[in-house]
Amino acid sequence: MGYTGEHLLPGQLGHLFIILSFFASLVASFAYFRTMRSKNETDASAWRKLARGAFIIESIAVFAIFALLIYIITNHLYEYKYAWQHSSKSLDFKYLLAAIWEGQEGSFLLWSIWHCVLGLVLIKTSKKWEAPVMTIVSFAQVALATMLAGLYFFGWKMGSNPFILLRDSGVLDNAAALHIDFDLNQPLRADYLASIKDGNGLNKLLQNYWMVIHPPILFLGFAATVVPFAFAVAGLWTKNHTDWVKQALPWSLFTAAVLGVGIMLGAIWAYESLTFGGYWAWDPVENASLVPWMILIAGIHTLLIYQHSGHSLRATYLFLILSFLFILYSTFLTRSGILGEASVHAFTDLGMNWQLLAFLFVFVIPSLALFLKEYKNIPSIQKEENASSREFWMFIGSLVFFLSAIVIIGKTSLPVFNKIFGANVAPPEDAEFAYNSIQVYVAVIVALLTAIGQYLKYKDTSGAYFWKKILVPTIISLLATAAMMAFYQINYTKKGPVFHASLWLAIACSIYTIVANTSYIWLGFKGKLKLSGGSVSHVGFGMVLLGILISASNKEVLSNNVSGIYIPLGDNEDPRENLTLVQGQRMDMGRYYITYEKDTVDVKDERTYFNIHFKRKDGKENFVLSPNSFVNPNGQEGLMSNPDARHYWDHDVFTYITSLPNPDKLQDTANFQAHALTPGDSVFYSGGFLILEDVIKKDSLPEDLFGKNGSLFETPIKIYSKNGTTYTLTPRLANAKGETLMIPDTITAENLVIRLQKAGADKRIELGVKESSAVMKYVTLKAYKFPFIRLLWLGVIVTAIGILMSMMHRIRLNRRKSSLSKI
Amino acid sequence: MKKIHLILLVLIAGAIAVLLTFLKTASTYDTVDTAISKPGKFVHLMARLDKSQPVEYDALKNPNYLAFTAVDTLGKSVRVVYKNPKPDNFEMSEKLVLKGKYQDGTFECKEIQTKCPSKYKEEQAKGGKHPDAVKIK
Repeated sequence: MGYTGEHLLPGQLGHLFIILSFFASLVASFAYFRTMRSKNETDASAWRKLARGAFIIESIAVFAIFALLIYIITNHLYEYKYAWQHSSKSLDFKYLLAAIWEGQEGSFLLWSIWHCVLGLVLIKTSKKWEAPVMTIVSFAQVALATMLAGLYFFGWKMGSNPFILLRDSGVLDNAAALHIDFDLNQPLRADYLASIKDGNGLNKLLQNYWMVIHPPILFLGFAATVVPFAFAVAGLWTKNHTDWVKQALPWSLFTAAVLGVGIMLGAIWAYESLTFGGYWAWDPVENASLVPWMILIAGIHTLLIYQHSGHSLRATYLFLILSFLFILYSTFLTRSGILGEASVHAFTDLGMNWQLLAFLFVFVIPSLALFLKEYKNIPSIQKEENASSREFWMFIGSLVFFLSAIVIIGKTSLPVFNKIFGANVAPPEDAEFAYNSIQVYVAVIVALLTAIGQYLKYKDTSGAYFWKKILVPTIISLLATAAMMAFYQINYTKKGPVFHASLWLAIACSIYTIVANTSYIWLGFKGKLKLSGGSVSHVGFGMVLLGILISASNKEVLSNNVSGIYIPLGDNEDPRENLTLVQGQRMDMGRYYITYEKDTVDVKDERTYFNIHFKRKDGKENFVLSPNSFVNPNGQEGLMSNPDARHYWDHDVFTYITSLPNPDKLQDTANFQAHALTPGDSVFYSGGFLILEDVIKKDSLPEDLFGKNGSLFETPIKIYSKNGTTYTLTPRLANAKGETLMIPDTITAENLVIRLQKAGADKRIELGVKESSAVMKYVTLKAYKFPFIRLLWLGVIVTAIGILMSMMHRIRLNRRKSSLSKI
Repeated sequence: MKKIHLILLVLIAGAIAVLLTFLKTASTYDTVDTAISKPGKFVHLMARLDKSQPVEYDALKNPNYLAFTAVDTLGKSVRVVYKNPKPDNFEMSEKLVLKGKYQDGTFECKEIQTKCPSKYKEEQAKGGKHPDAVKIK
């Protein structure tokens, strides 16, 4: 039976490319495997040719799948479930990409695309390591392709296909109106699609530019972890234990920079546009991406140890392998639904748990088995590291970092623990402190080692050299810390004096890291920036630590409800961290007077912006913050808020709406009195009079919003109240897609509501005027001060730049070596 | 034994000790009945909002006081007091994780976790489900 209005071709092509990508990656991994195992060069080059061809076809197929998804979403083809579920007609073009990776399928696809790009670069650059490394990358692509397969084996679902039709997805099965004779047992009506006018749209909270840029960068980082992993496994596989590290190092650095930035973009997103009141909450989803990064950083450091001293190759293998395996584990954690109640992010089981587990174990078992089998053959130096050598302390630092990652993921895995052992364990009362109380000491150790590490030489350091070099930076750091302790306070005392002192210790060590590594650029590298990527990234890391320590300890609630309207409950321990502001009434909030001035609805993105005026009591500053909220989004009762912040060099003032009046309570019985007016006419009301100034018809309205014959009228109206105050109000009247929409304007102080009821091109209008006692509008908000948050963001940038500098340096070194070996 | 091996052992032992301590301080997921059975103890109460009972919140009087009735899957309910504003998505969320303790007839909640719609939200919430999809648990 045929259905009218459907576009089936893109979907059919999509299915075709999904199958093609699956088989092409299968062929590529097999052919690469044969290349590696070929006895002679003739065989090898034939297999290699096939493998490359297959990988390129695979890449084309994956890009085609992506292009088709974009096509389906941009053309609003709601016969496809993916478009219907994740987009809508009013969605801004820039969010269409966000709509693609809102779903599981889209994010797997993004991951797969990056594997293709990385694979193509590897084909071009990895030379003799191409065959084993690409075997593994291609195999990872086979695994990702199955995630999009959408096939059913004996009732087991394998993959989730983004091209599934809405009518096949089961979503319409209970929609009687779309079935013949309104009977659910009957098939769908042939013209069912005509009734599906719009999609579900993108989750409001995700409609911001962070959602456009954070996932691609994070997934590039995720995808790139396969490269160091593939090199490590290739080393074990070919038993060529020494050679792979040269290429693996720049790749590991690249991965660390991108993954680190990706994670922190998520943190900035949480801070800038969500109301978690911070940038990091040790949420399982955050931890799951942080842990592979930490292990990778440990792996990079042991890799450097190996390159310079021959030690720690076994640890390097383990860390680089585990970094990727923990990416897979985090994929399992975040997508299987196992986290359930443990995370603020909601995850729904797609019914693919067995497949996600298979994805994990198909890499875990062979790679770790190979590692254990080869363990004895991995070269290691019997002689003990000297306690005055750089490698000794660097190894300890890496180990602490690695174990700290394991502790974090261990705590995060409580739900997995519950599942396996049938236990019923929930996070402790202060879950964040459970992490912070341990990680602060990790910060102390790691920062201290990072500070002194480069002043130690590989193999052995003479005491005289070390003390001579480190003396100046140590004195500077001590002075800087002492100065800070004298003039600045860390107010986080609620966890007792020991933790308070630990915070100071960690701050001192972070300062030491920053100072010592900055100094080393001159003392060690004689100012040669090209060589000093490591020092630069360590400076950045110190800034990140310092930024975290200060901003988290001294985060301050500004909106303490001390003089607001509230009924005293007699309990002093109540967190009175929210303040209610009645429109137009000035409130006292710490060093500010704040006033809720007005709100405006942005018709386009359906948000309400609340203008909150801040005035410093000393009169030195006046500014307006406009946090916004989606009020009753998608017709459901509720509030979704986005914060607004004012940035200073040393702190942010940050506020968001936590509550709004229930609109039902605001209903009143007064009626609008209609008045026919032209510009210049006036109307009296009980508190004064108003004059219609002009009638403006807005031009060039966006057609996607207003339709072809839409219109928008604005009428500026001047109000002269009896007490001498004048106001300007601008009610609006919109006609969008045949629907009339009045957007009234209000003066609370005058209890006056004005709306534009009719308007014509001849500037004749009908104005509705209402005097009401129920227009008292208020908002409840929470405001914070975050000190030194910029230091954290800057630190992230500096770290990433430093890591990339190191990467460039290592690539140059490799080139030089390979051109030398040719001579 | 090498120094480094000694340090390795100490650090690993430390990590294990940290994880065991964490398990000791951990709380539990509870129903209304089990939460009431251990008053004063911090628990994670799994419930949802009972919409048939009044939700008490008036930001003009006190923006930091919310009271409502939570009902668990067994149908047992308890009055909850939360000294904060009503969370985002409060009415919308199908499930609430209420972190707090039962004391003197009410559940004093310190933190509410609503299940906010996110990236991986599926239509299953609305009852849509692939006819062939068999959930593997």
